[in-house]
Amino acid sequence: MSWDIAFILSTDGVATGAIYLLAGIGLVLIFSVTRVVFVPFGDIAAFAALSLAAFETDRLPPTIGLVLTLAALALVAEIVGHVRKRCAAQIPKAIVAWGLLPALPCALAWAVLAAHGPGWLQVVAAIALVVPIAPLLARLTLQPIADASVLVLLIVSLALHFLLSGLGLLFFGPEGSRTRPLVDATWTIADGYSIGGQTLLMVASALVLSGLFFLFFEHTVTGKALRATAVNRVGARLVGIRPARTALLAYTGASLLAGMIGVLIAPVTTMYYDSGFILGLKAFIAAIIGGLVSYPLTALGALAVGVFESFASFWSGEMKDVLVFSLLIPVLLLRSWLATHADEEEEEIDE
Amino acid sequence: MNGRVLRRAGVAAAIVLVALAPLVLGKFAVSLLNDIGIGALVALGLVLLTGIGGATSFGQAAFVGVAAYATAWLTTAHGVSPWLGLVFALALTGLAALAIGVLTLRLGGHYLPLSTIAWGISIPLLFGNLDALGRHTGLSGIPPLQIGPWRLLEPRAIYYLIWAGVGGACLFSRNLLHSRAGRAIRSLRGGATLLASVGADAFGVRLALFVTAALLAGFAGWLYAHMNRFVSPSPFDVRASIEYLLMVVAGGLGQIAGAIVGSGLVLLLKNSLQDVLPLLSQRGARLEAVAFSIIFILLLHHARAGLTGFVARWGRQRFADRIEPAHDEAAEPLPRRPMPERGSELLTVVHAVKRFGGLVAVDDVSFDVRAGEIVGLIGPNGAGKSTMFNLLTGTLRMTSGQVRFAGHDITGLAQRKIARLGIARTFQHVKLRPRMNLLDNVALGAHARGRAGVLRAGLRLERREERQIAAEARRQLERIGLGGRAHELAGSLPLGTQRILEIGRALAADPVLLVLDEPAAGLRRAEKEALAAMLRRLRSEGVTILIVEHDMDFVMKLVDRLIVMDFGSKLVEGVPAAVRADPRVQAAYLGGSPEPYPANPEAAP
Repeated sequence: MSWDIAFILSTDGVATGAIYLLAGIGLVLIFSVTRVVFVPFGDIAAFAALSLAAFETDRLPPTIGLVLTLAALALVAEIVGHVRKRCAAQIPKAIVAWGLLPALPCALAWAVLAAHGPGWLQVVAAIALVVPIAPLLARLTLQPIADASVLVLLIVSLALHFLLSGLGLLFFGPEGSRTRPLVDATWTIADGYSIGGQTLLMVASALVLSGLFFLFFEHTVTGKALRATAVNRVGARLVGIRPARTALLAYTGASLLAGMIGVLIAPVTTMYYDSGFILGLKAFIAAIIGGLVSYPLTALGALAVGVFESFASFWSGEMKDVLVFSLLIPVLLLRSWLATHADEEEEEIDE
Repeated sequence: MNGRVLRRAGVAAAIVLVALAPLVLGKFAVSLLNDIGIGALVALGLVLLTGIGGATSFGQAAFVGVAAYATAWLTTAHGVSPWLGLVFALALTGLAALAIGVLTLRLGGHYLPLSTIAWGISIPLLFGNLDALGRHTGLSGIPPLQIGPWRLLEPRAIYYLIWAGVGGACLFSRNLLHSRAGRAIRSLRGGATLLASVGADAFGVRLALFVTAALLAGFAGWLYAHMNRFVSPSPFDVRASIEYLLMVVAGGLGQIAGAIVGSGLVLLLKNSLQDVLPLLSQRGARLEAVAFSIIFILLLHHARAGLTGFVARWGRQRFADRIEPAHDEAAEPLPRRPMPERGSELLTVVHAVKRFGGLVAVDDVSFDVRAGEIVGLIGPNGAGKSTMFNLLTGTLRMTSGQVRFAGHDITGLAQRKIARLGIARTFQHVKLRPRMNLLDNVALGAHARGRAGVLRAGLRLERREERQIAAEARRQLERIGLGGRAHELAGSLPLGTQRILEIGRALAADPVLLVLDEPAAGLRRAEKEALAAMLRRLRSEGVTILIVEHDMDFVMKLVDRLIVMDFGSKLVEGVPAAVRADPRVQAAYLGGSPEPYPANPEAAP
């Protein structure tokens, strides 16, 4: 392997690592607040990419149908819940929060398409369109069993992935698509060594977004409430934080991240309806390096996974996924040795 | 009607139905039943592993694949008999499971299921990328099975082989669960400390279970390969693994029959969805995954016990087993440990120190316990009693110092090995298996006194030992006064009785030293008196008891000698009256300066 190939592989790896970093933050965010390993994360990213592709080919993104269906179901669930609890006064609020709010990005998407909005507006619309997906899914499938064991939550979350990829096939079809690059420039550092603008954009986005997340967690009350819920749910509830609301916030934040990931990778990889799964799983490896709780370690892990994958794909394009997943085994072993987990009794699944 | 009779009638009816099915059903229905049988084998492994052992696997289909590819490769590339293929397939699956298990089964919490996703994806990817395995096109032309002159080409021909396999596997699993190894498996969810306290190795038990489940999947894979006579990577991917898990959840995680019921439900549903969905929409076939996911999520929301779990609960309410099953009293007793001579030195703690970072929890404590006495370890909150307890039983490693027990140096020995030397313990927070009956809970205590493993248990070759263990458990239940209640569930007992039952479990280990962690906590007065009476009786039978306790009144009336700890170090040691009179003890308990205090607290105002 010559130096220029190593350089290309490294920059590629860092760019991929930046994507895994964003996904890893999303996963850690959800897991630490809700104890859910959110497998469908990658699917949401894929939906954002495919929505952008739809805009570029002048089609209305089918995502709108998905969001509106989910919103309708969530609204029904909310209204039924309020009626059962005999507090009809809450119903108008529920209609606004669960019916109108998720419809806003759909309206935006429709308007952008009708007015042939500029590229950047399409990107914004594509991201906005997927933001309601995770919170709506969580409201329907995860919140009713929020106190179940981690394992049950994991199984539900995996089932959600299969649900989303099935819907993805239904809505987007089996064809893959790639979108126009967001930036076209290329910088030459030295003879034979150059960096693409898209790579820089990916790395810069990862840095800026993780910086913003850091500020949010350290310096805002909401961020602190999220951290408090992550540390101790019961304790957080005692000081007046509502876990259901912080969970919703975490899902929304993660969904936003997934949307950004989708539009960032759509120009460099051909995205299919089911491309998100593998992406999400690789981000998991990064998140597991961080023990599913530490953001800085997740960042390091993401970078390592990205670079490892890049070099592995040079060695064998077909086996790269096998190699990346085998990376999980030493990581898990190390984790389980480091962990001083108390000898807890495991909850029964069927209770 | 009796529940047992009803259950037997149900099993007999199921066998007759399965035997007659091919005579009345068409070819298509029979091959569907073949698929159901193969699915049931994999699901059975998951019932044992996930439903009972509590370890979730998202990669079971990969084991089916390893076996299917193993036999496919051997029989096509080398032209050997499929029966040799079976041996090779099971060996390879077993080895793969052993390797994966050794690497991952120590993982705690959600890491284990996540790691199963990783190898559940990697193994099928490997199949699709190896030239020798035909890459994504797979291997075809696999020979059919042959028994003597019969070639099992037709679905009807292989049907009986598959369902005999399912029947055999169910019987094996049933035998396994009602054995020494099975009790350990059913106790896995109680945590590693519980198993170590009866001398069992949780990791070893889990590994044996994991390999057993993988072998069931491997057997299914072998049948699959020779039934379809073609293998490709896609039926073994993570999606298929989830489908097996769905079968188990739908059928009932806790029941053996759940595997067959679940496999039937899922495959019939899949089949009818394939018929119905295309009528609904042009893209209907694609809706299958969507429909499945929705059903799965709804099941997890509303019916986690599955269909058989529901039936079992319904049956328990109406047809409870009122008659105690007959048992064999003639079993010869299990061999007993030689008891040390009364008054000889049994347990010696020398300069024990335990530091947690900067905190010294136990600071240079030395004491000894002699055979046949009851010694109390007391002290105010935070005195280091529980830490001392954990050092003795091997739950924690001491920083420095030494513990000798009956001539052995047990410093730094694993908890399990200490238990096997004859120290039996109970837990401050009761650790019983709530859904096992009293007899099984006590029999778990005798784990270290038996030897039969998974294979012998499954084949019922250990009945003599099992009868001995059952007889011993009954004896201990009589000893603690719960003789008539052997078949009640431990979870239905009040706390006081649960503590007594834990002592019964400890006694089943034939201990030399019984170590009790706050046995009187949470007990009512009458229960405390019963407990004290029982401990005195045990002492008179030669059992040595070390008791860590808070309840002064209870301890003072019971013990021969007391050791008082305060702030991690030993304060006083002596007979109860002397300890009670000691001003340092009074200061430690009541605070303030050591002033004289009436020797009898009941006489105080």
